[in-house]
This record gives sequence, structure tokens and C-alpha cells, in this order.
Amino acid sequence: MSVRNEILATFRQVADTQGRTLAPLSENLKLTDCGLDSLGFAIVISALEESLHTDPFNSSAWSEFPVTLGDFIKLYERAVD
Amino acid sequence: MKSLWDAAAVHGGTIAGELVGPGGAIKLSALSTGSTLPGELEALRGLSVLVATAEQLPTALALLELDGVVRRMVLCTPDLTDQQLAAVASTAQADAILVSKSSHALASKCARPIVLQPLAVAAPAERRVSERTEWVLLTSGTTGAPKLVVHTLHSLAGSLPRQSAAGDHVWSTFYDIRRYGGLQIYLRALLSGSSLVLTTTAEPTRDFLGRAAAARVTHISGTSSHWRRALMSGAADRINPQYVRLSGEIADQDILDSLRSAYPKSRIAHAFASTEAGLAFEVNDGLAGFPETFISQQASASPARVNLNVVDRTLRIRSQGAAARYLGEESTRLADEDGFIDTGDIVQLVNDRYFFRGRRGGVINVGGMKVYPEEVEAVLNADARVHMSLVHGRRNPITGSIVVADVVLSDHSGTLGEAESAEAERVKGELMNACRQALPAHKVPARLRLVSALEVTAAGKLVRPDG
Repeated sequence: MSVRNEILATFRQVADTQGRTLAPLSENLKLTDCGLDSLGFAIVISALEESLHTDPFNSSAWSEFPVTLGDFIKLYERAVD
Repeated sequence: MKSLWDAAAVHGGTIAGELVGPGGAIKLSALSTGSTLPGELEALRGLSVLVATAEQLPTALALLELDGVVRRMVLCTPDLTDQQLAAVASTAQADAILVSKSSHALASKCARPIVLQPLAVAAPAERRVSERTEWVLLTSGTTGAPKLVVHTLHSLAGSLPRQSAAGDHVWSTFYDIRRYGGLQIYLRALLSGSSLVLTTTAEPTRDFLGRAAAARVTHISGTSSHWRRALMSGAADRINPQYVRLSGEIADQDILDSLRSAYPKSRIAHAFASTEAGLAFEVNDGLAGFPETFISQQASASPARVNLNVVDRTLRIRSQGAAARYLGEESTRLADEDGFIDTGDIVQLVNDRYFFRGRRGGVINVGGMKVYPEEVEAVLNADARVHMSLVHGRRNPITGSIVVADVVLSDHSGTLGEAESAEAERVKGELMNACRQALPAHKVPARLRLVSALEVTAAGKLVRPDG
């Protein structure tokens, strides 16, 4: 599965287990509007660390918090490359 | 003896400032001629009450009226389960429970329910002080039942500035005022005659920041996790605070730098406080950790309000802001014989500076909320298929830490082969469901691994990684 699809699938799965409704996932969707709370994001990042074997937040590769879903995906795509 | 009302009131017995909720601002001066407990306040004199409203605003008003009148008030957080609320009512020997809606069916099972009015209703309000009210805060314990921590107005607010020229300050906090970090901000605002902007349940961060901006917030506090979320909201630039404060969680250099670049003109401070030990110190140099001089250069002359010490790698605090005791656990001592409270926070000295390295005993801090691993392990171990489990924290860029669990099944041969992996996934799913049923979301493991063994000490105890 591509990095993008893995991320989208993880968002959906976490929203499902947290009983939350996810907004339609698009490039410009602001992460804080997607329907997940902070804990949900924390779980997404933890799950992606397991499936993609990378935690881009734990390196010096990032300097700004991702604001949109597109930013978030790019951060992972760069980390996996 | 002064009550919060007396301490906050200016000449003429009125209180300056406003409490700002999503529905608008409530002038505190309305309490000079009215009450949110019309006709009920005198009946509560000398009693023990739970304040258990869903939103913060009714509690914020009620605390002002109750201090000095009731013997004890317990600030209930909105995440309590019915069972926990009943346990708290019993431990606190509650005579009455203040709620915001009459439909609160459970309340009547705990104690006499009294419905708080959302706004002060015109009523003769005699503000007579007869009690040194106990302020009881709830904090997590190793079991599912919260611990009740007894403070007084003096221990909570003794060191806060009073009626300074702070009338032009507007405070806000991402915290709930029923937790220690939020209560400090509530008291700061009231005692300095400032207004306070409160969050509401499930309010999107962007909306809250929008309200804070509209109210021209000048001073704002939150945990590192709150601030990360604010920075991710894309709306952090709506506010332009003079003062940005972090507490309740380790403030690492990343979050301090991110806030510095978001708010280049603000004073950015991180504070160390705990519900039991009170506020210990504030660090203003923009660097993570705290200077070694906080420990080595303490004034030995005048009795300091706060003394710090490091013993066995953990930070110890002796403070006039410390809680008096745990309610219902009178045998559990808060402080050692010299008056120091062990915070359980591990610190390490690196080049003249102490850095926080997590918590002893494996206590996990998820976004400012304590999680005792034993509580989660008890839920896992209740499943007959579980032989043993180890719950610990894992570093996380959003909430500081998250909860993860390693589980050894009674018959773990079944989890090792490829062919049985579907069965293993099914067991994992069922264990996760059991946790979701029994625990609030932040205590549910984000990740559960089946392992073949866990490390055990010679004394037969699980080896717990620190922090």
C-alpha cells in the first residue's frame, strides 16, 4: 500500500475505533477539522510508526507542525523515502 | 479569615472582570446582588458538597459563592463515570451535589441534588464567612477510583498576586478549571480582577482560539499537548498574547521553540506544578528543563515558600502551596518527615541544568493526564486468557506519551505460529474492546502486543521501565 493510502486507512480505522465521524479526507483538510481529537492523532502516529516503520516527528526532519492532511502525508512520504 | 469572595472583591464589595463562555460574557459584579444558588446558599452552610457540572462556567460562579460557606467542596471533573462519582460522594461524605441540569438522574443517588442557575438570579446574597473551606481536587490513582486531594484557598492561592494593576489583563486557559493547572489560572484571574475566557466541552481548538482572540486574551496557559494542537489548528496566529504558559507536562525544546517562533514577542514560560505538591517554579529563559541553581542556590535565610530537592533521581518539593492530605486515605502520607513531597518525576543533571526524564513507577502522562499502569493491567489481567501484562508509556509527539501494552497469554504457543495469527488478532481485538469498555479513552492502550514473556525481578515483580 502506498504511504498515502496507508495514512488514509489509518485515519479511518482510528476514527472508527474512537467512535468519531471523519470529515471527507482531502488534501486541504485541516487536521484539526478532520474529526479526530489529540488522542486520536497520537494513536494514528503510533500506528503509522508500526506500519511504515518511521516516526518523522522524532527526527530533525520536521520544523513546523503539519496543518493540513496534505502536509501530514508529505511529511511521511519524505521520511519513508 | 478571608474567603475567595473577600479576596477578589474590590471596594464596594463587587468583583471586577468577566467570565467568558461560548454564549458570551458574564459580569462577576452580577454576584453582588444575585446568586446562582438563590435561596439555597444558607442551607449549604457548613456542609460537604460536590460541584459536578458538565461545563466549567457554572462551577466557576459557584466556587465564588461557596468558599467560606461550605465546609468542603469537591471539584468534580466531567469525565467521571457514574460509579466514580458515587465513590467520590461517599468518600467526601457529600451532603449535596450541585449540578447544572435537573435531569441529572445519578445526582440524586449520591446526595441531595441542587440545580445551579446558569446566571446569577437577583437574590439577597449575604456573603458571610464561617468556614475555612476545603477545596478538594481529584487526581488519578492506581485503581479506577480517583484520589481526593485536600487543599485550602491559602494553599492554592497564597502565592498569587492580588489586585495588581492587572485590570487590563485577560486570562485564558486550555485547561479545565477543575484540574490543578486550570484552577490556578481561574484564581489568578479572579484575584487580579481580570477577565477569564473558558473552554467548553468538545469545542474545536480553532473556535476557542477565535473566541480568545475576540476577547483580546493577553495571558494564556495550557499543557504541551494543548499547545501542539493549537499550533496544528492553523489558528494559533489569531491570538497575540503577552504571556504564554506551559504546565502539566514536560515542555521539551521542540515545543518551546515552536511557540517562540509562533509568538516572537511573547514571554514564554513553563511551570512545574502537581496537584499534591502545588506550584513549584516557573522557568522563563525559553529553555527546556530548569537551572541547577534552583536547587543549589536556595535562600537558606528566610523560610522560602518553596524548597526543591533531588533524592534518588526524583524531584522533591516542600511548599506552602502543597495539599494537606488525601481524603479517605488518611494513612497515606503526602510528605516525608521534613515536609518534602516526592513528585515521582525523574530529573537528570546535564551541564548545570536539570531535565525531566519521565516518571518513576511507570506512571504515564498522556496529554497532562496521569495514567497508572496497574489500572490498565487490571483490566487486561481480568481476561482468563491473559497470563500477565505490562503497560507502559511510549513517547508521542502529540500527547507527550501514549499507553502501550505487552501481553503474555496463558497459552501463548497459539500466538507464535503464522497460522494462528488470525486467532491472535481476534484475542487482541477483544482485549482492546474490554479496555474501551472499562477505561476512559486516554487510558486505553494505543497499541497492544502479544509477547512470549515479560521480564520479572528476583522478587517476582514486573520490571517497569521508568517514564
